[in-house]
Amino acid sequence: MSGLVLNNVTKQFGTFTAVDNVRLSVPHGTFVCLLGPSGCGKTTLLRMIAGLEDPTNGAILLDGADITNVPTHQRNLGMVFQSLALFPHLSVGENIAYPLRIRRAAREEQKKRVDELLSLIHLPGYGDRAVSKLSGGQRQRVAIARALALSPKIFLLDEPLSALDAKLREAMQVELRQLQQKLGITTIVVTHDQREAMTMADTVVVMNGGHIRQAASPIEIYRKPADTFVADFIGSTNLIETQADSSGAATIFGRRVPGLILPAGAQKATISVRPEDVHLTAPGTGAIDGTVTFVRDLGGTIETFVEAGGQQIIAVSTPRERPEVAAGQAVGIALSPDVCVVLKQ
Amino acid sequence: MKREPPQSVADYGPLFFPAGMLLIFFVVPFGTMIAVSFFQRQEGGFYTPAFVFSNYERFLSAFFGGVLGFSLMLAVTVAICCVVLALPFTYLLSRLSRRLQVIWLVGLLSVLSLSEVIIGFAWSTLLSRTAGLSNLLVKIGLLDQPIALFPSFGAVLTGMVYQALPYTILVLYPAIVRLDPTLMEAARTLGSSPMRAFFNVLVPALRNTIMATLIMVFIFALGSYLLPQILGRPQHWTLSVLITDQAIYQSNMPFAAAMAVFLVLVTLGLVALTLLIGRKGEKA
Repeated sequence: MSGLVLNNVTKQFGTFTAVDNVRLSVPHGTFVCLLGPSGCGKTTLLRMIAGLEDPTNGAILLDGADITNVPTHQRNLGMVFQSLALFPHLSVGENIAYPLRIRRAAREEQKKRVDELLSLIHLPGYGDRAVSKLSGGQRQRVAIARALALSPKIFLLDEPLSALDAKLREAMQVELRQLQQKLGITTIVVTHDQREAMTMADTVVVMNGGHIRQAASPIEIYRKPADTFVADFIGSTNLIETQADSSGAATIFGRRVPGLILPAGAQKATISVRPEDVHLTAPGTGAIDGTVTFVRDLGGTIETFVEAGGQQIIAVSTPRERPEVAAGQAVGIALSPDVCVVLKQ
Repeated sequence: MKREPPQSVADYGPLFFPAGMLLIFFVVPFGTMIAVSFFQRQEGGFYTPAFVFSNYERFLSAFFGGVLGFSLMLAVTVAICCVVLALPFTYLLSRLSRRLQVIWLVGLLSVLSLSEVIIGFAWSTLLSRTAGLSNLLVKIGLLDQPIALFPSFGAVLTGMVYQALPYTILVLYPAIVRLDPTLMEAARTLGSSPMRAFFNVLVPALRNTIMATLIMVFIFALGSYLLPQILGRPQHWTLSVLITDQAIYQSNMPFAAAMAVFLVLVTLGLVALTLLIGRKGEKA
């Protein structure tokens, strides 16, 4: 098939397994974000795709060809490093032209391509500047242009925006996504920022402990997290324990929740409910009852902290549906079964 | 934090001690040497204060010119050999595990503890006909009979490179370790083989360090006077050897001083020229 395929890829450093038996298929032209906390193996996985690390086990296929043992410089890929790794002894234009120079492209061709790329990254006329004279965001763009100079088959980025301030980072996320869609290039980005992943990716791959926990579209990851880790890592959520009673119906804190179905045979399960899906009602009318402990009014949203069954449950609402509650008040919590996601144990 | 330029004399206080040391141990002896180089030599004795140029005149001959040329050529060759050997070595060293790096560096430091005399005689044995390396070549059939590899220019060069190499590595090491390792990785992802990346990324990125190291080894090699005598023939003797000879064996202090002053001036001139060329190249 066309695109990138990882077949049971494993990487061990001594006795530590950084990436454990990962299977992943990235169709041509998709934008994939590898998302996870630090040390989850996402950067190691990216470096193996780039050929900068050799997998201990498994195979990497690009467009059907096994590239596991192909050295980095013959893989035809572009990579943006966290440090950007712009060559300090070369000007902006020379940095971008470096891969063309290595392949002994004609001088006019180099110049033409550099001009093309400089206008692509909105920095026309910057070719003769020194890299050290650029701002952080401009350097970022130059690193991207250099990686794209040869129109590579795969475009890899390792935490590319982590050095930028928050505002610029958000703008660059949108820009990077638009650039990728314009070029239709298979792109893999490593990030620990879930907003970044949600903004840019076609597919978000959530990793932890060297394993892929879930690989799906951003909205599916958010709406239907596969397990506790994913539910907790992506956005904020309420994790609530449920038990099956003698008749097999699901109960929360001893109360039946009509319509909520646990997996066949399961005695208990954890469910995830997003705060914006928790609705407060009059006491006794919801699925469970609780007491308001704190109300945080942020203007745009209102977070209500409710203590129920010895656990804190957070409800988020907009000012329009402003719940008339105050700390100390008893409330009911409505949980419609379709917003409760039963997580894998 | 913004640094204020020093306002009063007291602000220069921390400089007094090093300035004093420099004055007593460098400026005064060097001034004395310059003065002595203009003194009149007494036949069979010492020298008397005077202001004559005869010492410098005597130096301006084809013989001493040739020796000076050879000394400079030898020092430049040693510097280039050292940097060419040390650069790839230090790069590979910087990629080893921390533990192995420490072991290598301790080994290199221990070479520094060897005196020039020991190095000279060790190499003269290694390069000799009776006990030297050529016997090994005979054993493996590359030579018919053992040959003496010294005294020769090659022997002088080998000894001096051996002596200067640890310094070269220790000067290059911090710069190479501090260099962002992703620079080389980036070059590889952009289509450079590791070998090409070494030459078109690492070497240019370390330009200034390499230049400084070349100058350091050059000056270090220029002062060598034992190894050329132990491992070379008289035509391989450097100006430093002749200065020692004049000062100690011929008791001609004024002439030795004149040669030393001249050597210092030529060296300073060359270093200035190198820096100038380096700066021009950077601007281009």
